[in-house]
Amino acid sequence: MSERELSFMLNGEAVMLRVAPRRHLADVLREDLGLTGTHLGCEQGVCGACTVRVDGEIVRSCLMLAVQCEGSHVETIEGLSDSGEVADLQNAFRVRNALQCGFCTPGMIITADDLLRRQPSPSRDGIREHMAGNYCRCTGYHAIVDAIEATAEKRHRKGAVSD
Amino acid sequence: MTETGLTFLDRPNSYIGRAVPRPNLERLTQGRGQYVSDMVLPRMGHVTFVRSPYAHARILGIDTGAAKSHKGVLAVVTGAELALVCTPWIGVLTHLKGLKSAPQHPIAIKKACWQGEAVAAIVARTRAEAEDAAELVHVEYEELPVVTDMETALDPATPVIHPELGDNLAWERLHVAGDVNAAFAEADHIIEATFGFGRHTGVTLEPRACLADYNPGDGRLTVYQGTQAPHMIQNVLAKHLDLPEHNVRVVCKDVGGSFGIKVHVYADEVASAALSKLLRRPVKYVADRIESFVTDIHARDHRVRGRIGVMNDGQITAFEIDDLTGIGPYSMYPRTSAIEANQVVNFTGGQYTCPNYRARARVVFQNKNVTCQYRAVGHPIACSVTEGLIDLAARRIGMDPVEIRRRNIIGDDAYPCVSSAGMRFEKLSHEAAMAKLLEMMDYETLRAEQAALRARGIYRGIGLASFIEVTNPSAAFYGVGGARISSQDGVTVKLDAGGALICHSSVTEQGQGAEAVTAQVLATAFGIPIERVRVTTGDTDNTPYGGGTWASRAAGIGGEAAWQAGKALRQNVLAVAGAILQAQPANLDICAGAVVDAATGRERMPLEEVARITYFRPDTLPPGIQAEFVVTRHYVPKQYPFAFTNGIQASLVEIDVETGFIRLLRHWAVEDCGTIINPQLVDEQVRGGIVQGLGPALFEHCIYDAQGQLLNGNMADYLVPMSAEMPDIEVGHVSTPTAESELGAKGAGEAGTAGAAAAVMNAVNDALAPFGAVITSIPITPKSVLAALGHI
Repeated sequence: MSERELSFMLNGEAVMLRVAPRRHLADVLREDLGLTGTHLGCEQGVCGACTVRVDGEIVRSCLMLAVQCEGSHVETIEGLSDSGEVADLQNAFRVRNALQCGFCTPGMIITADDLLRRQPSPSRDGIREHMAGNYCRCTGYHAIVDAIEATAEKRHRKGAVSD
Repeated sequence: MTETGLTFLDRPNSYIGRAVPRPNLERLTQGRGQYVSDMVLPRMGHVTFVRSPYAHARILGIDTGAAKSHKGVLAVVTGAELALVCTPWIGVLTHLKGLKSAPQHPIAIKKACWQGEAVAAIVARTRAEAEDAAELVHVEYEELPVVTDMETALDPATPVIHPELGDNLAWERLHVAGDVNAAFAEADHIIEATFGFGRHTGVTLEPRACLADYNPGDGRLTVYQGTQAPHMIQNVLAKHLDLPEHNVRVVCKDVGGSFGIKVHVYADEVASAALSKLLRRPVKYVADRIESFVTDIHARDHRVRGRIGVMNDGQITAFEIDDLTGIGPYSMYPRTSAIEANQVVNFTGGQYTCPNYRARARVVFQNKNVTCQYRAVGHPIACSVTEGLIDLAARRIGMDPVEIRRRNIIGDDAYPCVSSAGMRFEKLSHEAAMAKLLEMMDYETLRAEQAALRARGIYRGIGLASFIEVTNPSAAFYGVGGARISSQDGVTVKLDAGGALICHSSVTEQGQGAEAVTAQVLATAFGIPIERVRVTTGDTDNTPYGGGTWASRAAGIGGEAAWQAGKALRQNVLAVAGAILQAQPANLDICAGAVVDAATGRERMPLEEVARITYFRPDTLPPGIQAEFVVTRHYVPKQYPFAFTNGIQASLVEIDVETGFIRLLRHWAVEDCGTIINPQLVDEQVRGGIVQGLGPALFEHCIYDAQGQLLNGNMADYLVPMSAEMPDIEVGHVSTPTAESELGAKGAGEAGTAGAAAAVMNAVNDALAPFGAVITSIPITPKSVLAALGHI
């Protein structure tokens, strides 16, 4: 299978590589670019562990071919961690023990951040609804909902102060 | 009690009982963990398996020619070829008398016995190339008659899966206590019901993964594996690959979920290690999700006929069960697939005083994926049968479910005692737990609300489920049956040159918080801020020998070893500090990372200074003083074979009687794990466990057709609990420490799963009571609700 040139922005850094067109973004991120924070749970778009941000939208990187990212801005948990953008969510997850094995956590945090950017003060039901595509076998979700709720409140208070 | 007569509660700056955040979480939230599926080694090959599409078929021939010449392929290996470097195994334990199974090879040789059993392995440069080549392997099969229905597995007309075993019965156990016939004869009512427990599976988010690295230079095999029991894996690989045990090293990195799925020996994982030895290079295997569904152990698959005798005043006179379970074609190795049925017999009725109990359990072979121990082994079955029968009895005599439990539960003042199944209870707290639960849920108000809503055509149900849970197992679980699975665990701790503690524990971490609990206990026992304790687990070369993390044992057993190790190191450090300070060690203590006067707490010397003098200026120490700043302590329970715990759960559901949809509104749990080392971790173990029980109660089901084909083996068709369907869960505690250890901690990891399904089943039946409908099989689906209502 002939490889193709691919270039895109990855966590603010230009990357150029050759990939086979059949390979999905998650495999290329993990195997070729060494960013193993993007996890694979089902490779079927169901579990949400491989969630990344592409041009500002969250996507399942197991359902997107890497070559579809040509010219795009791709952000993974490593980039969002280094930039500090999701530090408050990460801290809330840590303090609330909203992760056990941690395998779903990068996808959870990226998905939760997506919710809070769209809807700053979600209800608990609203949080449960938005997170319903991200599977966690360990926590039973209660702590995750708590952590997201607490972060929303903090961001809201912070926003109110700066207003 | 410590040497100074103080308990851990009196230690200054104690971390016991505090919700300290786990030290490894920051890394995991940043995606900087390292799971085995992330690992890469030089010259690593990726293995994939050709798997049988048939549930039962003779392998007539395998043509690997086309696959071998495919791009990137390093090797194509059949079962016969792999058998040259790996011996087969038989999953039996001698204390389960009569248990039998057939030899199992890492890759099937003459016939495949379930859909998904590996029949050939392809190792290639990439997983994708291996999968491409797998499609080119041509296997010629002759289909054999398939045994799928466990109800007919023992019929004379049913083919025998392993003819050399004589029949399809793997194991049978009978147990009788008291005078059961007389007890049923005198009962005012006898209620019978048949309970069904569908097959389900673990669906760990990270699939099983291992990376085997055999180095022919030193004859050593290093296996990186997501496992709960590294020393068990070390032993098994050494034995079957003909290596000295000390030449096998098993290392666990981060593990993406376990729940009992990753405590077993899987044929494809052993095959990966054998391939590494054969090919003399690293071989990595990561199950994909489709493979996981047909090879990760399945759980449950029981049918239990239950009977209960009850008097008009609510007194239970007898319990009787007849359990039948299908375990697939082999008993799993080395823990066996008979333990769950054994525990169903052991636990049924164990909360209650009734002395009359008769049980039969039969474990049968079938051509489906293997089943084995999964979180709360046997507990959900024993609990659902017991609590389901009690609710049916209460309904028959017109008694509130709370009241019938009050009249029969073992009183909190009755300990120690022995159950009708022979289980020894040191001290449980059923009465206190039920009182706390009823207060938390405001039972009376809920009942009133239920009645008011029912009048408006809204059908809510309240279900209770009390349970016992087995934790802190001694050798009685596996060791006595001949399995080389340690029931003892150990902790090594050392004071480093910077005055911090470096600890290695033989328990393992898959997210439960074993490392955090170990750090809390050590920090308290030794007297140091927890930030200066580093805990490493999961490395057979470097940790003490031990069992690992399963059966709710890490905190109770590993925690006690950590407590003893921390205390011993404190004494050793104080001996040296006394020499430096010219003080009696008995008059000194360690607090907040400094040597202090025991009486006043006044700081005498920071630990860094003790360490500096010890390591770099030992010439200044008095003659005869040799510092020993590394200690190891082990612990294994000996007085009781298991530390039983107890708890009770309640579920509130609402049923749409037109559509059959069930909504989980609330869930409550009270459990008693003895000393609570970290309340947040205990709560989250209970919550996670509950949801793992709610899944099979309502959604999870491995659906097989009559030909042994799994029909829903992917995450879109196999339903798991997601956030939108799950309720908030309120958790409360009663604390009855075990007197067997100083720490007094019992396990908490399986309490949630033990009672969740029973609470939901009882709640559903409570909601359906106005219609006279009863459902006793899980998962309870909209379809089964509509069927029970007579709508379909």
